[in-house]
Amino acid sequence: MIAEAGHYALVLALGLALIQSTVPILGARWSDHALMNVARSTALAQLLFVGCSFTALTMLHVVSDFSVVNVFENSHSMKPLLYKITGVWGNHEGSMLLWVLILALFGGLVAAFGNNLPLSLRAHVLAVQGWIAAAFYLFILVTSNPFLRIATPPIEGRDLNPVLQDIGLAVHPPMLYLGYVGFSISFSFAVAALIEGRIDAAWARWVRPWTLMAWIFLTLGIAMGSYWAYYELGWGGWWFWDPVENASLMPWLAGTALLHSAVVMEKRNALKVWTILLSILTFSLSLLGTFLVRSGVLTSVHAFATDPARGVFILLILCLFIGGSLSLYAWRASTLKQGGLFAPISREGALVLNNLFLTTACATVFIGTLYPLGLEVLTGDKISVGAPFFNLTFGPLFVPLLLAVPFGPLLAWKRGDLFGAAQRLMAAGVTALVAVAVLWAWIHGGATLAPLAIGLAVFVIAGALTDLAERAGLFRVALASAIARARGFPRATWGTAFAHAGVGIALIGIVCETTWNSEYIGMMKPSDVANVAGYQLKLDDIAQRQGPNFREMIAQFTVSRDGETIQVMTPSKRNFTTRSSSTTEAALLTRGASQLYISLGDTNADGAIAVRIYHKPLVLLIWWGPVLMAFGGLLSLSDRRLRVGAPKPAKAARALQPAE
Amino acid sequence: MKKILASLFVAAMMSGAPAAHAVRPDEIMKDPAKEARARDLSRELRCMVCQNQSIDDSDAPLARDLRLLVRERIASGDSDKQVIDFLVARYGEFVLLKPRLSPHTLLLWLLPPLALVGGGLALWVFGRRRSSAGRATDPSLLHLTEEEEARLERLLAAEAPDKS
Repeated sequence: MIAEAGHYALVLALGLALIQSTVPILGARWSDHALMNVARSTALAQLLFVGCSFTALTMLHVVSDFSVVNVFENSHSMKPLLYKITGVWGNHEGSMLLWVLILALFGGLVAAFGNNLPLSLRAHVLAVQGWIAAAFYLFILVTSNPFLRIATPPIEGRDLNPVLQDIGLAVHPPMLYLGYVGFSISFSFAVAALIEGRIDAAWARWVRPWTLMAWIFLTLGIAMGSYWAYYELGWGGWWFWDPVENASLMPWLAGTALLHSAVVMEKRNALKVWTILLSILTFSLSLLGTFLVRSGVLTSVHAFATDPARGVFILLILCLFIGGSLSLYAWRASTLKQGGLFAPISREGALVLNNLFLTTACATVFIGTLYPLGLEVLTGDKISVGAPFFNLTFGPLFVPLLLAVPFGPLLAWKRGDLFGAAQRLMAAGVTALVAVAVLWAWIHGGATLAPLAIGLAVFVIAGALTDLAERAGLFRVALASAIARARGFPRATWGTAFAHAGVGIALIGIVCETTWNSEYIGMMKPSDVANVAGYQLKLDDIAQRQGPNFREMIAQFTVSRDGETIQVMTPSKRNFTTRSSSTTEAALLTRGASQLYISLGDTNADGAIAVRIYHKPLVLLIWWGPVLMAFGGLLSLSDRRLRVGAPKPAKAARALQPAE
Repeated sequence: MKKILASLFVAAMMSGAPAAHAVRPDEIMKDPAKEARARDLSRELRCMVCQNQSIDDSDAPLARDLRLLVRERIASGDSDKQVIDFLVARYGEFVLLKPRLSPHTLLLWLLPPLALVGGGLALWVFGRRRSSAGRATDPSLLHLTEEEEARLERLLAAEAPDKS
């Protein structure tokens, strides 16, 4: 009954989406306020029905109703409650349902909080959202229905993939989807602007908070996924340049570029056409990511060819939306008036440079991800493009970009003074050089690039601080008045500084982890001691334990340094009987920003166990950086200017509308 | 992230994610310099039955065989290039995670620099055309007009008493 109700709610949501995608547009065409307002009610109702559908599936998972295929294939009655809930989106059908739920959530948010939007713009935006929603509801209902029943229900389910039975699954996919799907709002705004043929600074001010929100979630989602992989997969890697990761990185790069170009548009009314294009591209890349991971095309081109129903459907959606929006762009972009001239050396110029490097980086990831697929389809040749390629091509693009980051905020709008900015960055530059020199002296020899890279990171961080100090007039005016000035900063200023510093901090973490990572691989028996980076790790004991739906082998290590015991670490290895598979649960010991990392391998006949121990210096900075970036984004989002919204000249006209 | 995401997305296809434990203690070479070379080479080589994993990361049996093969070649005195050539001759280009520059990978390698240079060039041309067009229609666009200057003066004068 619950399954049927959930299915029916989804069908109703499709119906609502179809209404939402047509009626408001007709309303806008006929200037009919009632019809335009239909968008608002349908968007909210859609959210309600998809919410019901999602709740239904969650309930089925919680009560372990194995008469539903989706529950049978991905759940187990003994599974802890948390994983019963997170297991809802730990599979194809459920994760698509989460996708549309989040899409409906964003549509609902625009409907509920978009009161300051001009009525026709809101109608168009929600209509475009309706198109996207309708396409994906159809996809779910036709090819990936999560509510299918089994004629003869089995007693027990097949359990969820053990790798996914982790708190990471509760956080990572929803965050990532909030980011991915959040960019649909800027896409809808862009398409609406093209349909209306009108775009101005106010448009950018409406779009910015939505883009920023999506960007914050995507940043946190990617960082969270990376940390999850780091501790769960057992070999301490945190980024693999896997196509699936690249699929999330591409929208992030394009979204970051969009965030910056939208600033130019809001402040200076320039780069309109480019901002629109970026909005379209960012969401297109999100759709491409969905296609890549959902169609199975990554596993192999042949798998895609043998079971093409899902893949072809998403490919159609992809072509329809990307092709359609780009055609609309080609047709209508020329009607958008350009405005706001600026000299090459200016804040605008710096942001254009940022966009150039970010989009090139995005193009690099794009070609590296899709080239092997394309080549195989066209010629049948199989090549691999992996981490070494990306490190070689992607890395160098960030050097000039990061060098330019501190200059951007110090340049004036319209026409900046590069020499003046350089003078003000003198202190930051000197700090960076000192950092390089100290590191060089300290490590004498070894990696030569690492100190330079850390110097670059220090420059970025010091540059962010310089911007704040300059604005506050620190060292030029009395300290008290500098503090008073700093208090008066718009929050976006703080946001920029935090986000830019976050990039530098992440870079330090990346460089330290990859350069000075130490490792011990060996067979250990109880009371053996391993020495790693000055720590002594003594294997005390190996024990067996029974978990709710797994058996595990736990090893206990006592960690000491200079004869002083620090802590006990207990890495384990779990065997899941239902899927007859195992996971390694690495043990982590955090010391400052550095970590000790132990993961277990197989046992020997003589009782020895294969152990991998890493010392990863400053590794946590890799994730603190993105968290700081997201925090900066949050500060910007809370800026009064964005909360208040754009000025609305049409206030009087809106008051005359009929009540809804 | 890879295996998690992969299992998230193709959960149905994965029969189970084995515990990752790539290089095993018994594989490690006695000479640390040679072992370091083997590790570096392993990171450039693909485990061909895995999804985009290097043989250094993968714990598939094939990856282990390849790791042992790499170490065998190094032990018998091959240079890094000889090891790579040997593996490519045996398994084809597919084994390399960083494809070699050849006619069919030309576009792959050239696109990033071309995109950067092309984008930069487009910006330069576009910027020149726009600024010259701007100057042609209104030479004073980059400066304030007298009227604007006067208005600015008035605004600043009006603001001044509030501040101080």
